[in-house]
Amino acid sequence: MSLTLEEVRHVAGLARLSLSSEEEALMRTQLSAILDAVAELSAVDTSAVEPTSHAAGEVAPWRADEVRPSFPPEKALGNAPATVGTSFAVPRIIE
Amino acid sequence: MEPTELSMLELGKKLGSGELSSVEAVRACLSRVDRFDGQVKAFLMVDREGALAQAEAADRRRKDGRRAGPLDGVPVGLKDLFLTEGLPTTAGSAILEGFVAPYDGTVVKLLRAAGTPIVGKLNMDEFAMGSSTENSAFFPTRNPWNLETSPGGSSGGSAAAVAARMVFGALGTDTGGSIRQPAALSGIVGLKPTYGRVSRFGVVAFASSLDQVGPMTRDVPDCAALLQTIAVHDPCDSTSAPMKAPDYLAELEGGVRGMKLGLPREYFELPGMDPEVRASVEAATRALEKLGAELVPVSLPHTKYALATYYLVAPAEASSNLARYDGVRYGLRAEGAGNLLAMYGRTRDQGFGLEVKRRVMLGTYALSAGYYDAYYLKAQKVRTLIKQDFTDAFRTVDAVLAPTSPTPAFRIGEKVSDPLAMYLNDVFTLPCNLAGLPGLSVPCGFTKASLPIGLQVLGRPWDEARVLRIGRTFEREHDFHRRTPPLRAA
Repeated sequence: MSLTLEEVRHVAGLARLSLSSEEEALMRTQLSAILDAVAELSAVDTSAVEPTSHAAGEVAPWRADEVRPSFPPEKALGNAPATVGTSFAVPRIIE
Repeated sequence: MEPTELSMLELGKKLGSGELSSVEAVRACLSRVDRFDGQVKAFLMVDREGALAQAEAADRRRKDGRRAGPLDGVPVGLKDLFLTEGLPTTAGSAILEGFVAPYDGTVVKLLRAAGTPIVGKLNMDEFAMGSSTENSAFFPTRNPWNLETSPGGSSGGSAAAVAARMVFGALGTDTGGSIRQPAALSGIVGLKPTYGRVSRFGVVAFASSLDQVGPMTRDVPDCAALLQTIAVHDPCDSTSAPMKAPDYLAELEGGVRGMKLGLPREYFELPGMDPEVRASVEAATRALEKLGAELVPVSLPHTKYALATYYLVAPAEASSNLARYDGVRYGLRAEGAGNLLAMYGRTRDQGFGLEVKRRVMLGTYALSAGYYDAYYLKAQKVRTLIKQDFTDAFRTVDAVLAPTSPTPAFRIGEKVSDPLAMYLNDVFTLPCNLAGLPGLSVPCGFTKASLPIGLQVLGRPWDEARVLRIGRTFEREHDFHRRTPPLRAA
């Protein structure tokens, strides 16, 4: 199957990737080839098969809801590109 | 003899008796790093001071009669996706350049408790996506057996550092073969434990239903000892199994007499398998037969669909896991973006390499509205069939033998521009991840061009002890794991 450039741009938008036009063209060719290769799965009859989402197949374990120490703000913010007080700073989203 | 020729357990004994000190062992590693890593390029970061300080502490513990265990003082390396407090962790990505973890991941804590000095952080394909270490944002690692070739990947830096005797052992991670394939291509031992055996808390995530941490060592007893150190239940990882690991060294030398070992037709009939790899692996299976095992032909009929299944499941999970790299809390932030959406998009475009973008795009597509059922859900159903194949086979056999990789080490640059050719490297390793099984690679021969070949042993869930015992039985009768790569100081 062949992806259109519009489909590539739509998926890049969902993935929050600002691709260059060269990258868009490359992704279109390469993703189309990969999708062709994985299309062989449609030959497998899975009408009576349950999906496996996890190899272990265990149920999520429970644990007691106990208060435990967490990072102090300065440690949690230590790798942040920008901070204001005890918060992460981002470009303005409300004018 | 250089101390670095010793195995981890042999060194541990000499440290215990006082014949060698941990400081001497760390210095021997650093000396080899200085002589050879300019060519091999296994390390992203060498922590000389930290490793020497940890070695001095280990030597003090011995003098005080407080040795932490058999590996106390034995220097190791870490693939650069294990969070280490105070040291950089990049996951091989420009988006994490300069990131310094605020805490140690669980396996790092366990290593520190066991007393193993950490020599440094080892190169890898970006976010563990790749089979050659060429997708590292920093530089490719070279195979110590032939510097023109790749050590495999994604744990290629770990494999090369162990093979080149720059560390005594290392930890890697394996999502589709990233421990076993580089172990095979670099002539060392590598184990992917059962899904759930080792905690992933504090390990940079790639595909969470497949990722598993494991040891990379020079021989099987070291592999068992390092697994013992890290196979501990961790409440911080909800997939960590709440069970106590058995003693992996206890029955290691017990042999294979009476064991039934399956030879899956689909693995040995793959077109495109290198004839020297096939011959070497077939010879290894006959050697195990002579040592008392019964070889049984088995069929894993859905093997041919594993590659397609994996390349939908893993990218889908990766696209979700990698959403966290958005320039807000840590890592790179693109400058000059006027609004938040532009900042996300540019940060991720600048920070991610091409293979990571390809997989994020593929995974996002496979999860997107209108395609989820046809791709992601379909792949999860085929995954059930692949898992069922193994369940059926393990009704008649105790373990399965196969090649680890269809080819020996390939030249750097040979496959990197063709994603589908690169993905074929993993054809023998990724069914094990999809099924959640333990899988071991042990050296089983060399090509005429002196490149290593690996034998793969796949076992039932939680049956690492048997998998290791089979690998050890072969290893004990051969000397492939004792050969040293022909490195010369530049």
